[in-house]
Amino acid sequence: MNKARSAAFPYILWSVLFTVLPLLLVAYFAFTNGSGTFTLDNFANLGEYTAVFVRSLLLALISTLLCFMIGYPLAYILSRESARRQQIMIMLVMLPMWMNFLLRTYAWLTILENNGLINRLLEFLGFAPLHMINTQGAVVLGMVYNYLPYMILPIYTVLIKLDYRLIEAAHDLGANPAKTFFRVVVPLSMPGVSSGITMVFMPAVSTFIISKMLGGGSSLMVGDLIEMQFLGNAYDPNLGAAISLVMMVIILISMLLMGFFDSEDKAVIM
Amino acid sequence: MDVISLRNISISFDGEPVLKSISLNIRDKEFITLLGPSGCGKTTTLRIIGGFTKPDRGDVFFDGQRINGLPPYKRHVNTVFQRYALFPHLNVFENIAFGLRITKTPEKVVRQKVGEMLSLVNLSGFEKRQSGALSGGQQQRVAIARALINKPRVLLLDEPLGALDLKLRKEMQGELKNIQKRSGITFIYVTHDQEEALTMSDTVVVMNAGEILQVGTPEDIYNEPRNAFVADFIGESNIIPGVMPADFAVDFCGGRFECVDKGFEKDEPVDIVLRPEDLTLIEAGNARIHGVVRSVTFKGVHYEIIIEGMGCMWTVHSTDYAAVGTEAGLEFEPFDIHIMHKS
Amino acid sequence: MAPEKLVRRFWESIRHIKTFIYRFYVWLVLVFFYAPIFVLMVFSFNNSKSRTVWLGFTFDWYLQLFKDETIMHSVYVTLVVAVLAALLSTVLGTAAAIGIAGMGKRQRALIMNVTYIPVLSPEIITGVSIMLLFVWSGLKLGMLTLLLAHISFDVPFVILSVSPKLRQLDPHLFEAALDLGAKPMSAMRKVILPQIWPGVITGMLMAFTLSVDDFVISYFTSGPTSQTLSITIYAMTRKRVSPEINALSTLLFIVVLTLLVIVNLRQSRDNKQPQRKEEDVR
Repeated sequence: MNKARSAAFPYILWSVLFTVLPLLLVAYFAFTNGSGTFTLDNFANLGEYTAVFVRSLLLALISTLLCFMIGYPLAYILSRESARRQQIMIMLVMLPMWMNFLLRTYAWLTILENNGLINRLLEFLGFAPLHMINTQGAVVLGMVYNYLPYMILPIYTVLIKLDYRLIEAAHDLGANPAKTFFRVVVPLSMPGVSSGITMVFMPAVSTFIISKMLGGGSSLMVGDLIEMQFLGNAYDPNLGAAISLVMMVIILISMLLMGFFDSEDKAVIM
Repeated sequence: MDVISLRNISISFDGEPVLKSISLNIRDKEFITLLGPSGCGKTTTLRIIGGFTKPDRGDVFFDGQRINGLPPYKRHVNTVFQRYALFPHLNVFENIAFGLRITKTPEKVVRQKVGEMLSLVNLSGFEKRQSGALSGGQQQRVAIARALINKPRVLLLDEPLGALDLKLRKEMQGELKNIQKRSGITFIYVTHDQEEALTMSDTVVVMNAGEILQVGTPEDIYNEPRNAFVADFIGESNIIPGVMPADFAVDFCGGRFECVDKGFEKDEPVDIVLRPEDLTLIEAGNARIHGVVRSVTFKGVHYEIIIEGMGCMWTVHSTDYAAVGTEAGLEFEPFDIHIMHKS
Repeated sequence: MAPEKLVRRFWESIRHIKTFIYRFYVWLVLVFFYAPIFVLMVFSFNNSKSRTVWLGFTFDWYLQLFKDETIMHSVYVTLVVAVLAALLSTVLGTAAAIGIAGMGKRQRALIMNVTYIPVLSPEIITGVSIMLLFVWSGLKLGMLTLLLAHISFDVPFVILSVSPKLRQLDPHLFEAALDLGAKPMSAMRKVILPQIWPGVITGMLMAFTLSVDDFVISYFTSGPTSQTLSITIYAMTRKRVSPEINALSTLLFIVVLTLLVIVNLRQSRDNKQPQRKEEDVR
């Protein structure tokens, strides 16, 4: 099949042009100013946005943690169900993921609003209304809602592949169900957990719509900052590129910390 | 008349030499087997003849014409692949008809020829079966029929029986030999199974580490192995180092023995081969070779007895029993001694 | 006897409670997933502009939706881009997968790593970097840039869906076809393509769905005249709030559900095929 190799040439050209070159351009723009001369100013100016970076990291971490706390038990329960039920349940978990992301987020707007469904319900029951929209809590809720499936699926994938004989072996060696769970099941599901964490953390830290729609612009995040430099009022692609570069580094570091590149099985993601 | 000649073929993969300047002539209508351990270059040789791999150096001749650059689809050579490579999306009929479909043969001719092939390989009635729904032996037959339908001059078979169980393998050996005789096509057969090679072939080519060690009839190869590797690979043998002081005499294990070999240099160091079935068990007392029985294994027809003595381990096939730990002696005739140059 | 029976019954009831808690938890999460979608759908039939007060049943929003030129134009743009991107990325990606399969280990690893970049990097980075390419090269943002960007993020998914099919193939199939007289192109067409076809189709459907669904990358690479549905939705949520959005979500949900069911049925059929063959043998 030696000659078949040439079939990949158009794609190789394509990916150099539309994947590799654009990334190089991000680096190029980050280290130059508007007239194309080399400068580090873009990075020097990042100092003013420290609060935004810290907020992004914090909200993303909280969302990731919540996703893990909700998602792990669910994945575990699903993995113990009958094959037929599993198939349906997983389908149900994946379905909202394919619904337009903006519409899903918009739906929460109608629920959380000051005269939204929850507050109407509270009013009806005679309670005082709550202020929920345009808070950081609403942003976290939006992220958990949107990214929870990304946590459930990889953990579930690892758990169903788990060799049941290992659990039997643990029972055989005298471990009770709780000990078996914490000493056998949890350690063996770590690859799924780490890819789940990466899969949630990465879009959460880079989001720019959720904070805009549910945070009302009050809780600006890195994604919003980048968007503003490219399409917003504050047009400055050089600064935007610098922020993007820093964000990529943060994500890369977190992926390294999670040992993401160690695992051969990147396919868990899909 | 040679149908295929290889001249000084060399090839290496990733800097690792796989064939080291081999030359081989293959006669028309013969059943020739390339025999050797895995990694010896036998499959690569087959792929060079089939046109799937280009040699780095050397020439391939077909009917006296150089065919080095000719792609597989232009060669009058067909292949039965390892694990058959049947097309999973086609049924038995269409798999066999594939070669005819490529040349846009009329439907009537296709039906007739596929029918002939099916009866040749005893699969009439299986036309509509999907290839995945066949047993290993049946897939094997389809692969042979598919390769033969283009009436090739030469059929290449790459360990075709490797995936079958022992009983089926024996059956197919006989059948392959029959198909070869009936069709009059040259078969080039690759295997690592020495017994298979000896039973089926007209000519056996023993290969190791990218070199051809010996070419000959099965009897030649078995009775007159050219070196210790061939002797060891073809059947079990006891290989003992020795010296030839003169023609018809050889020294080993501290004694001089009469033999039937000559033409070695004086005092040339040699390897001596003694086949386990040529050794006879006798009383230890008056034997020139003797030792202690270390193990006895029942093999069905005979016992395999390992005797340690005279600085060697001797493997003996004998219908007589000897108890472990007892003393035993060995006896053999001068013509049982095979002498080989040191390799 | 009696105490033993009691103990057993006690453990059984514990097991029942456990199952009940498990199921309850799953339903709770599913309610969390579906409540917002359900709310959207219900209010698409609401005879009022209010997003929260129910004032009777109507189909008006669906009718208005189809009369809304902005929405209809963006549906048109979305479908054109998604169909073209899916087709082109399927051709590009299938050829690439075949080429990659014929490569040495090191070459393959390099190309696969580049292939994973758009899959693994945040969408905003992909969007911004491709936008920079267009800004830098002076290409005017519009339908063309949108299409180029979509193909770029679709192709990896086609490759990742075709490659496993190629890896499952018997490595000698292609050679067997050549051996029987087929020229390389016809061996490809008659033997390899039929084998990897399910992967090609799944990849194409995936590419299509991703394109329809995409917002972030389109947002950065489309011009004012080539707004996709996602971008129009975004604009609507920012300004004019109309239940047309709800009607639109309901329709989209049904379309996506149908597509997903088709893809899933295809996949489970693919997985079942070998089993069926084994049964035939017996």
